This record gives sequence, C-alpha cells and structure tokens, in this order.
Amino acid sequence: MSDQQLTCEELVEIVTEYLEGGLSDAERERFEEHVVVCSGCANYLDQIRMTIELAGRVTIDDLMEETKIELLAAFRDWRRE
Amino acid sequence: MDAPEARYAPPPGQAAIVEALKRGDERTFSGLVAEFSPSMLRVARTYVSSRAVAEEVVQEAWLGVISGIGRFEGRSALKTWIFRILANIAKTRGEREGRSVPFSSVGGREGEGEAAVDPDRFLDAGRWAGHWTSAPSRWPELPEEQLVGREKVGVVEAAIAALPEVQRTVITLRDVEGWSSEEVRNALDLSETNQRVLLHRARSKVRKSLEGYLDGVQT
Repeated sequence: MSDQQLTCEELVEIVTEYLEGGLSDAERERFEEHVVVCSGCANYLDQIRMTIELAGRVTIDDLMEETKIELLAAFRDWRRE
Repeated sequence: MDAPEARYAPPPGQAAIVEALKRGDERTFSGLVAEFSPSMLRVARTYVSSRAVAEEVVQEAWLGVISGIGRFEGRSALKTWIFRILANIAKTRGEREGRSVPFSSVGGREGEGEAAVDPDRFLDAGRWAGHWTSAPSRWPELPEEQLVGREKVGVVEAAIAALPEVQRTVITLRDVEGWSSEEVRNALDLSETNQRVLLHRARSKVRKSLEGYLDGVQT
C-alpha cells in the first residue's frame, strides 16, 4: 500500500464527484483502480447507482386539480384579451 | 486567446412550444404545467413555510408566465425563464414570511461535517486504516418492471422526505426529476461545488437508509 492509493473511507466521499465527471484523469484512474480490487467499494458504487435509479422511480407531489383548472381558465382569459 | 462568446441555442422544439403558447394553445400550456409544476413545488418549498403556500407560489408563477410569455424572446431556455419567475416570487413570499435565508449559505451549512458512511465502518489504525470493517454487500438487481420493488422505492421516498430542505430539493431535481447539474445550479443559484456537496450528502443518506432496509444494518 503506497500513500498514493485511496482508502475506502476516502473513496465513499468522492463517489459523487466520480459519477458527475468532476475528477481529474489521475484521480479517476486511482478511483477505478481501487474499485477493481476492492469488492466492498465496487458494491458501494453499485449501491449508489441503484439508489439513483430507485430515486428515479419516486413520484413527486403535484399541484391540486383545482389549481390546474384555475390556471387553464386564466390562460383562456388571457388568450381572449 | 479569447474564445468566441458561446451563443445560446435553445433546446430543440422550444421555438414551437413558445409559439404555441403565444398563440394560446391550451394543450401546450397544460403540458408545461404538468411537466414543470412538481419541480416548481419542490423549489418553492425551500423558500416558504408550507405546502399550501408553495402551491400559491407556483400558481402565481404560472400567472406570471402567462402575462410575460409575449415578451419572452428565447434568449434563455424556457425552463430557466420559468424557474427564474418562480424563484423571484418564492423569495419575495419567503421574505414576507420572515423566513428567507441566503440560499447558498444554507446549502453550504447543510453539506458540512457529515461523513457519507459512519466512520465506525472503517478501520482506524494499522496497515489497513481507512478500509472497510464490514464491507457493503451486493444488492439484488432491480427488476425492470416499475411495479416491482415498490417497497424499496418507498424507502427511498421516505429517506428523501427526511433530508434537510435544500438537500431534498437538489436530490429531487437531479435524481427524481432527472435535471442536469447546470439546470439545478441555475434554478437554485448554487455554485458547482455546493450543488455537488448537497447531492453527495443526500445520496449518501438515502443509500444508508436503503442499506438499513435491505441488509438490516443499523444506521
């Protein structure tokens, strides 16, 4: 183990930067080298990806129907002006 | 050497949408209301005290869109323009409620001093310092069908709901609604670093909740 290598504890803090494409080439390489040999961190990366995918299946709060109806009426009024 | 100033190119199809709006096309308007309102509610909620007030803010923003669309010249994305109107109204409303706080500073504080994973999960001394004491497990693949795995989605939903306001907004826009980081930074007036730190904290906590659910790991 040289000082150049990432620890698992460090890796979990830069995983978002990695996924966002925010790491330098050298940092990205260090990240990927670590994940290849460390199944714990490989699983961690998969877990984060799965978290993102599951978040994409959440449905979020929407306007009430009556608000939508009021807005459409306002749009109609505006058009008539 | 100066790069030529980047010229703004609106997303494909935007000109047609704007034209339809100016013409008074109801389907286009309803479509936009359906598409953007959930995100607008989420953003509004970071400025004002309640869901009910957020609903009013979003409604007011759409009325602003209706009265302003004639003057929209397409020099920015329609989405950016709509969310700028929303943010102005929400800020004013928040100030009136005595609730307003500078967004980026709150965002900054929300992100500080939290580890993505409990430090107890790592060895703290010796040759393997910083390595897992109990490594994350391999989670089962997610089924393709949207209906399966509803419980996991429920866990994620609850974990997102429990996040601090700005983190919740960032993860909702990025991962639930699928916005780009640039769109989120523009809508919330966050720096690149700030946006990333908030997203990082949010995703880390949601992952932790899922781990608690799937592996029975105490969080």
